[in-house]
Amino acid sequence: MYKILDARSVGLNIKQFVIEAPRIARKHQPGQFIILRIHDKGERIPLTIKSSDPQAGTVTIVVQAIGKTTSLLNCLETGDSILDIVGPLGKPSEIENYGTAVILAGSVGTAMALPTAYALKKAGNHVVFIEGSRNKEMVVFEDEVRSSSSETYVMTDDGSYGEQGLVTKKLDELIAAGRKIDFVLAVGPVPMMRAVARITAPLGIKTMVSLNSIMVDGTGMCGGCRVLMGDKSQFACVDGPEFDASKVNFEVLMQRNAMYREKECASLKQFQERWEEQVAELREELAAKESHHV
Amino acid sequence: MSEKNSLPLKERMKILRIHMPEADPAVRSRNFEEVNQGLPEADALTEASRCIECAKPGCVVDCPVGVKVKEVIALICAGDFLAAAAKLREDNSLPAITGRVCPQENQCEGGCIVGKKGQPVAIGNLERFIADYERLSGKLGLPANAPATCKSVAIVGSGPAGLSAAGDLIQKGHRVRVFEALHELGGVLVYGIPEFRLPKSIVRGEVDNLRRMGVEFETNVVVGKSVTLDELMNEEHYDAVFVATGAGLPVFLGVPGEHFNGVYSANEFLTRVNLMRAYQMEEYDEPVYDCRDRDVIVVGGGNTAMDAVRTSRRLGARSATLVYRRSDAEMPARAEEVKHAREEGIEFRMLTNPVEFIGDEKGWLTGARCVRMELGEPDASGRRRPVEVKGSEFVLPANVAIIGVGTTANPLIQSTTPDLATNKWNYIVADENSMRTSKRGVFAGGDIVTGGATVILAMGAGRKAAASIHEFLTAGEW
Repeated sequence: MYKILDARSVGLNIKQFVIEAPRIARKHQPGQFIILRIHDKGERIPLTIKSSDPQAGTVTIVVQAIGKTTSLLNCLETGDSILDIVGPLGKPSEIENYGTAVILAGSVGTAMALPTAYALKKAGNHVVFIEGSRNKEMVVFEDEVRSSSSETYVMTDDGSYGEQGLVTKKLDELIAAGRKIDFVLAVGPVPMMRAVARITAPLGIKTMVSLNSIMVDGTGMCGGCRVLMGDKSQFACVDGPEFDASKVNFEVLMQRNAMYREKECASLKQFQERWEEQVAELREELAAKESHHV
Repeated sequence: MSEKNSLPLKERMKILRIHMPEADPAVRSRNFEEVNQGLPEADALTEASRCIECAKPGCVVDCPVGVKVKEVIALICAGDFLAAAAKLREDNSLPAITGRVCPQENQCEGGCIVGKKGQPVAIGNLERFIADYERLSGKLGLPANAPATCKSVAIVGSGPAGLSAAGDLIQKGHRVRVFEALHELGGVLVYGIPEFRLPKSIVRGEVDNLRRMGVEFETNVVVGKSVTLDELMNEEHYDAVFVATGAGLPVFLGVPGEHFNGVYSANEFLTRVNLMRAYQMEEYDEPVYDCRDRDVIVVGGGNTAMDAVRTSRRLGARSATLVYRRSDAEMPARAEEVKHAREEGIEFRMLTNPVEFIGDEKGWLTGARCVRMELGEPDASGRRRPVEVKGSEFVLPANVAIIGVGTTANPLIQSTTPDLATNKWNYIVADENSMRTSKRGVFAGGDIVTGGATVILAMGAGRKAAASIHEFLTAGEW
């Protein structure tokens, strides 16, 4: 059982949790993730680590409510517990002094990109952070984004905050203005990452993308998260999650991520119909386990 | 005391092997309940009386953990089932499991002298009978632990190798903590082997026994990621570590189309269904592609492939077909699994090899382009090498294709432990007898050393490692 020490809403349907997980906190490096399971009948889902505090033994994760599991998770509050968390998983980001590093992150992807941004800045890079969201309500961690970067742009699809447009619009502008870009990291929805790759690949700019494949164990055992890199298969959980964007087959990634869409939609609908009951059941299950532990 | 025990040898030889009752294939192929029903007591006594108590019991020699089969059977004949269970536990800490999943035909029963002329004594069934008898009696003959040695051992992996090592080491008085990457204990016993062959309650029961004996367990720890071997030894002060992480990474065929939706590794398919209980889809959240009224093919000829194909049948597959590139004779699966699979309506396409997966425009699998094979000269494994028959291509319709052709070494521990020697396939190098690795205090055994093998071989490795670790902890010499 992993105690939630702090839970707070940070944007529309986006919640941040500070969780007691000393082993993970001690080992976490930028770019890595965790897998969690909320209850005995729950699925295992991979989630971003936004930061960790080895002294306090805590990790901070950020969750956008999209499907049933993330929606249920976001009903949890300070003082609740999470049944299982394992990590840190995946390879850390490769941190070097590239020169100018541009980070493009879409809404909740911002959380995953933040530790890498800080590390790149610390390594001496001029970090340009382009944060994008659908609208003002979904702009998250703006202060931290600014402090992790040397140059910051906030974009919204509807123009309700910052500049109107997609993150790639800003990237195009920087390139058109003749800015020398040595490294790009894109974290966000697959179409966004694909769009970034399409811009930077022809220019030969080293670009990494953090892939969100469907996973089960996260240790390389099942191969469900395999991504097609050129004609080679790699596992996002152990070989990634960051990959060279110019080699990623994004169409296959999107197709594979849609594999359980039908079931996901049905589960979400069923959850929304009786979410209060399900949250109560979850709390009961966790409380029973807690007392069993003591 | 059974009367049959006093039967003269010749009479005993006349008794036919008792068949274990099994669930009706038509019913069981639609549910996940255990297929084998276990021997009733009277049948177990009769079966035990078939043992001729030979002078040189081949059954003991051919058991990877050296169970004293002859003595165990004598105790069954005497009607003292609990004593038989205790005798069994001296060499095998997981009898309810091995009684169900061991390939007995190649081991104890393969060495049984009664089998030279007729059918061997059903040693596996008897083992299962007494393990189940003991469990249901509630009178567990757990051996006592030696006085505490103040030494501690970390075991990495809670599969058969790790659990059997834990059972032996705790008895020697050492502190033992088992680290497991998944949220549930048992390794391949819970994520790989299906409920209908090995109920998870049996595995939980054995784990609980170890807990009662004092073994500590910690789940959700990926050694190599959450903590390294060096940290376990230097910061958490374990005196020895046993690496028993299993084989790990699934092997795919490397043919075009393996990314279509519907293509699974057997590891993924079985993990979703077994560990995550996707077969109870109304209650559990983890999904698996709906096999109902669809065509499923499984590629491979081992126990894992057999488990996958029988699982797909139970999930409602319209057709469930095993595709294997060699012939029946070369299939490494247990004979009983093959028999059960046939009874359940599994189709066997031998000498067939997929060369490409094909799908629709949305990326869903529709079939496998296959070629027919014929057997040529023997290869390195001693089995006749399958060779493609020119011009034999055909398409096998499939909505789900499951690849169960083996695994390779998981690199997580090796890559974070530079002084741990590995071979060219990245398996950990360990001495065959002492199970010592190149790193002081670190031992390794099971699939992570040998490559994919069986539960009992992993248990044998675990026992060997436990003995060797005990020796190291006692003598302190490397």
